[in-house]
Amino acid sequence: MISFARSDKNALSEWWWTVDRLMLAAVFALILSGIVFVLAASPAIARRNDFESFHFVWRQLSFLAPSVALMLFASLLTPKEVRRVAVGVFCASFILMIAVLFVGTEIKGAHRWLSLGPMSLQPSEFAKPAFLVVSAWLLARAAGGRSVSLIAAITLLGGVCGVLMLQPDFGQTMLICVTWAAMFFMAGMSMWWIAVFGMAGIGLAFGAYTMLPHVSARVDRFLAPDQSGTDQVAVALKAVSAGGFFGVGPGEGLMKHRVPDAHTDFIFSVIAEEFGAVTCLLIAGLFAFIIMRGLTRAQEVRDPFVQLAIAGLSLLIGLQAMINMAVNLSLLPAKGMTLPFVSYGGSSLLATCFTMGLLLALLRRRPQAAERWRWV
Amino acid sequence: MSRTSRRDKGEGPPFVRIRLAIAGLFMLAAYAVIGGRLLWLAIDEETPSRERVSQLEVPVLERADIVDRNGRILATNVPVDALYADTRHIWDPKEAAQELARVLPELDVVELEQKLSSGAAFEWIKRDLTPRQYASVRALGIAGLAVKREQRRVYPNGHSAAHLLGYVNLDNRGIAGVEASLDTTLRDPKRGGEPVTLSIDLRVQHVLEDELASAIETFSAEAAAGIVLDIHTGEVLGMASLPDFDPNAPNYDPNNADEDTKARMFNRASLGVYEMGSTFKAMTTAMALDAGVVTINSTYDVRKPIRIGRFTIHDYKPKTHPLTVTEIFEYSSNIGTAHMAMDIGASRQQIYFDLFGMFKPAPIELPEVGAPLLPQKWGDVTTMTVSYGHGIAVSPIQTAAAFAAVANGGLYIAPTLLKRPAGTGVPVRRVVSENVSAEMRTLLRRAVTEGTGGQADVPGYPVGGKTGTAEKAVGGGYDEKSLISSFIGVFPALSPRYLVLIILDEPQGTEETHGYATAGWTAAPTTGKVVSRIGPLLGVRPEPIPLEVTDGATQMAAQSDR
Repeated sequence: MISFARSDKNALSEWWWTVDRLMLAAVFALILSGIVFVLAASPAIARRNDFESFHFVWRQLSFLAPSVALMLFASLLTPKEVRRVAVGVFCASFILMIAVLFVGTEIKGAHRWLSLGPMSLQPSEFAKPAFLVVSAWLLARAAGGRSVSLIAAITLLGGVCGVLMLQPDFGQTMLICVTWAAMFFMAGMSMWWIAVFGMAGIGLAFGAYTMLPHVSARVDRFLAPDQSGTDQVAVALKAVSAGGFFGVGPGEGLMKHRVPDAHTDFIFSVIAEEFGAVTCLLIAGLFAFIIMRGLTRAQEVRDPFVQLAIAGLSLLIGLQAMINMAVNLSLLPAKGMTLPFVSYGGSSLLATCFTMGLLLALLRRRPQAAERWRWV
Repeated sequence: MSRTSRRDKGEGPPFVRIRLAIAGLFMLAAYAVIGGRLLWLAIDEETPSRERVSQLEVPVLERADIVDRNGRILATNVPVDALYADTRHIWDPKEAAQELARVLPELDVVELEQKLSSGAAFEWIKRDLTPRQYASVRALGIAGLAVKREQRRVYPNGHSAAHLLGYVNLDNRGIAGVEASLDTTLRDPKRGGEPVTLSIDLRVQHVLEDELASAIETFSAEAAAGIVLDIHTGEVLGMASLPDFDPNAPNYDPNNADEDTKARMFNRASLGVYEMGSTFKAMTTAMALDAGVVTINSTYDVRKPIRIGRFTIHDYKPKTHPLTVTEIFEYSSNIGTAHMAMDIGASRQQIYFDLFGMFKPAPIELPEVGAPLLPQKWGDVTTMTVSYGHGIAVSPIQTAAAFAAVANGGLYIAPTLLKRPAGTGVPVRRVVSENVSAEMRTLLRRAVTEGTGGQADVPGYPVGGKTGTAEKAVGGGYDEKSLISSFIGVFPALSPRYLVLIILDEPQGTEETHGYATAGWTAAPTTGKVVSRIGPLLGVRPEPIPLEVTDGATQMAAQSDR
């Protein structure tokens, strides 16, 4: 075991003494439990698709090392570097997002994925954190009184949402809009602005419901559930009840045999069925911890950009997890959204780890906040 | 900017820290809702939750399993997917039909397209999808197609016991065999999925089918049937008819089937009626003894054929001296038996036949039961011919039950395909006295040791029984070349427990049988082979086989005695 003395000045030891180790622990707990859950949920799916039983497990494991490496590498960045990387990644992924509209692989009626040999990449996954960091920068400047930045931030939001809706990806659009709105609110914008944006948001959501058939279909199905019990949400709900507090036992669940997305979007209900509500509460608790840790630490930061970016990135992860869990528990209509760190999906894991890496980088203890650091 | 107190820590515009806290509270509230919902779902006790998911997975069993007497599965269900379409949601019927026909090539594109464009909310496309077909249909991703979980009846033993099990139609309703006769019981929800236990012993059934198949092969017979019966309980341990079919895929349309298919579907053991020939002599002799018209030592003059009207009754091998009743039975003399029948008289003969169950279809749990073909008027000729099994056609299962009554102490027991639980009373009907039955057992044994049934005997399992060879009725007359050869044996001979009936349709003589196709050369050895294989299976203790004891062995035995 390598030990670092606090006085060491090399990069690794400096990183170790300045990184938010509790946050890091929460992330590793999620990633490791994710492997267990993919192990439980995916063999059924693999066999159904004529793959070898552990196909998805091996794939997930092979994505693990690069993802963790990316996270740790990103966490080494300084705030300035974070901003620059974010701008770069945002530009690149935004171009790719436009590109997938034309050359992307169509999966379940949506153009979101870019095939890269054996893996497929979803550029919007990477655009999300990058966009939020860029927005944090612009909004922080806007809150400082620069209206050009505000206009730029709104324009970017419009562009990203527009492209996402063309894919179409209503879930991601919602997620980005809500996070962006929260950042807008937290940046300290005047209530007048907030009211205007609130109305606009409601108007857009209603517009999406009336104009886009697949959005209205999903919402309608949510509001008036199909009694046949065959759609994914109904099955998920029964699975959660079946699990009770301690679950029916790993591998014993039945739901994964019925639901095509049991290892991705619906892994939470598989966990509930096989490992029980208590395990699910622990997972939800870890995500809640990530948000609260982020927001609490943001309180103690002086730099408005860093403050807003921390809040935005932790909200992004926490909201995505919350939406996913809410869908699994029939609290929200179904949308294609994975449970960060836990769901199967290389592209998703890589992007979530990238998000977390940026967050960890911004959360690192820095001289100007040194006196506020407490070991928790 | 000066660093003063904690409160002023937040930089930038005012209220940022408060707003961060508000956002945090919102998130906490949302997570609290998720946690609450999780707990609420976990506690939800209204319905046992496990049951709800299992209902989701496997629908309630609609049809009980059928098992043999030892609990081996004869018929069970597997869940399958049945594809249907809600045609209102089909976008492009033409394209959908083409895609579907690509993965399910047995479907007709034109017909499919018509179905898919019908506008109906429910239209069957294909039942019984294999998992692979289901996966490939799903992979097409055609909107408006859906599957329903259904139960499919499966007979894991394939052809074995096909006729008696029968089969079901697409809607899982029994339409043949016990599947049809016990349909209500099998579908009774009150039974709670409890399997129906048959009297059949799958091992015995297998031996029977195996030996019948090799008899057909050896003697180039058209067909064969066999029955193994417990003569004290009436339980049928095995019932086979060859050629047979696969109940998993009967593919049988009674209105549009070729001769070969019809022959396969036909249960010769219960639905076929045959002139059983000399095996009937066991009944005639038993009734003569029971009526007191003869003893086993009474004699009859059998040297001359009987001429009555335009009929002449011959013996197969004419004898030159009068025969006792024992000898008549041993040598299977038609003339002697006919004389005995005349002494019994037509009316008493009919009463006995009725008691033996000859006049009504066998009361067995099968829809395929043949009604006997009875003589239209019962004159002297009839009295004589039916005494040795001519001019009356009955089903093998009817004959087996009657023969069982001769050997089991004189009681007629209705044959059954259902296992009788141990200790339950068996409804019986006395036909002949116990003494007569005991005498008949001796006669049956002698018919094997001295008479025509010698080849049915098995070392260790002495068999008592009677051969029967009848000429097939062809176009109003009889065909000497086409025989129905049968053997009915009971074992162990003097205290019998089991009956084996073998009937071969048009066996041909072989080199080994010196060209004979009669029962003694064909059905009798087949019976012997069945007995030698099922005896050990049924736990019948073999009788010691006398050995040529050498001096050395005697000495060793003497030494070990000390």
